[in-house]
Amino acid sequence: MELLYVICVGVLTFSGIFLCLRGRTFPVVVGLTMLGYAVNMFLFSSGRLHLEGAAILGMAESYADPLPQALVLTAIVIGFAMIAFVVILSMRARADLGSDFVDGREPPDTRKLVSRINREGQE
Amino acid sequence: MLMTHLPMLPILIPMLGGLLMLLPPFAGVARYQNRRYFAFVLVALQLMCGMVMLDAVIVDPNLMYAVGNWQPPFGIILYVDPLAALMVCLTSFLGFAVVLYSFAGEDRAGRYYHPLIQFQILGINGAFLTNDLFNLFVFFEVLLIASYSLLIHAGAKQKTEAAVHYVILNLIGSSIFLFALGTMYGAVGSLNVADIAQKISSLSESQLLLTNISGALLLVVFGLKSAMLPLHFWLPKTYAAASAPIAALFAIMTKVGIYCIFRVYTTVYGDFAGGLSHFVTPIIWPLAIASIVVGSVGVIVNPTLRGLAGNLVIVSVGTLLLGFALRTPEASAAAFFYMIHSTIASAILFLLAEMIGQQRGKAQDRFVISRKLKNQRFLGFCFFIAAMMAAGLPPFSGFLGKLVILQSAVTLDEKIWVYSALLISSLITIIAFSRAGTTIFWRHAGNKDVSDSPDVTLWQKMGLLVLLVAGPALALGGQYMLALTNIAALELHNVSGLIELMGVGGLK
Repeated sequence: MELLYVICVGVLTFSGIFLCLRGRTFPVVVGLTMLGYAVNMFLFSSGRLHLEGAAILGMAESYADPLPQALVLTAIVIGFAMIAFVVILSMRARADLGSDFVDGREPPDTRKLVSRINREGQE
Repeated sequence: MLMTHLPMLPILIPMLGGLLMLLPPFAGVARYQNRRYFAFVLVALQLMCGMVMLDAVIVDPNLMYAVGNWQPPFGIILYVDPLAALMVCLTSFLGFAVVLYSFAGEDRAGRYYHPLIQFQILGINGAFLTNDLFNLFVFFEVLLIASYSLLIHAGAKQKTEAAVHYVILNLIGSSIFLFALGTMYGAVGSLNVADIAQKISSLSESQLLLTNISGALLLVVFGLKSAMLPLHFWLPKTYAAASAPIAALFAIMTKVGIYCIFRVYTTVYGDFAGGLSHFVTPIIWPLAIASIVVGSVGVIVNPTLRGLAGNLVIVSVGTLLLGFALRTPEASAAAFFYMIHSTIASAILFLLAEMIGQQRGKAQDRFVISRKLKNQRFLGFCFFIAAMMAAGLPPFSGFLGKLVILQSAVTLDEKIWVYSALLISSLITIIAFSRAGTTIFWRHAGNKDVSDSPDVTLWQKMGLLVLLVAGPALALGGQYMLALTNIAALELHNVSGLIELMGVGGLK
């Protein structure tokens, strides 16, 4: 179970960071969401993974740490609000800036620039 | 009754006040006057509350408040030492000036301006007062979401662009913060600062490694908040895009990051942390110097007054980090004094930049030849004092702040770095300000009629003067202020006292 869990968190974090580095707002928002999921799972695992462990005393033989569960709940709520905000903000940015690039404009494409300069040089 | 709940008040007043302002007697476009009265009452109350708290803390250092009476290490603890009280006072003072200034009309550009300002103050005060790392995260989020909305308040294209970067960066920062907290809880089993400080000395090798990782991640988060190099790129653009009173209020936000660096790396990773003791100091040294260098370059090349002020914030962050890296109580005390001074100085510059920009038509606050200012004499006088303060010239607080930081460098190596960094950056700041001042005040195109330029309003003057008086006052009351920051630094470095107060040592 631990291995599966670790791989899930790792893959989610990787995809989240990869998508956050993209140039358009939509992949970035998706990336932030994934990063949020990864963080929540990671935080949950900080109380160790238990099967069939109750979080309340006197309910079972083995117990799970209740604090990370409370922390995750808080983090989920906050993360949800923040993602909602960033979705609205990127829609606003699309309207205000006229493009969905994070920088507000298309980044200069170096390959195109170089080939144009080369062409002009040949002429 | 009120005195026992005193540490909670700086959080409760803006929270309840801000919520009330969303309700009928204050909500709505037409009732902006009600909101103004109420906002004024709230900031005045906070200022009073901050003063009372500071007074109480000087008599009896460190107040502890267990929220819901859940005792440490399990409950959330609000902990007021002189440093926290000082910072709360500074926040309320800044909030007071900002609210006064915004009565000039900024607050009518959006309906939720005053509630948002209150929520922003709530987040900042909470971050200063809490002694629980997860609670710190929550207050960070409160202050961030308020700052997101304030940043795009009265939106414009350039504000949206700056906000997209700012929001995305800070969301990634929050994720890193949570990773750090998860690692910390997994390794130490506690998130109470005093409890971690007490447990960290008895950790096994592998737990220590995890705690080290967590500390390094936290440094990234606090570095991002405080705009420490190399995480400073967002700052000049964001602060230049925000409208003046909001940028002035943001001046305290970088200080929240610095405060957390001081708090966490003195208490948790301080003298008692065994192998992890002061592990960030060798990282902070070069970053502090680099912040000063890059900030100074930004100060001299930036073509606008706002950009100049934004880069000055980065220089002041570098200076504060130098004060941190010296790692003595004297240096911390010096840094706290400089922290108060630099917050006020940068707030003044942001306010001035807008007032000057208003009267120069299309030229705004750019350093180009433009029409003459209407309130040339008043603005020039204020600019002169602000520049002297920011550059650190004698009669004002900047000089005293830099002097005490210079004095706290003891060994030769420290002296070489601190003296050269601080003095050269001061020189560059003076050059940048003299260039800015000459262009704005002395070089104008022709004798164009300026009677149609907007006047500086009374509220703007009031807000600015409240801050401007603090500069000379800080220098005049320098002895008293330094004594205060000294107490604050000694309390901060007194980690065993904190552990004893929290009573977490006995639970081992």
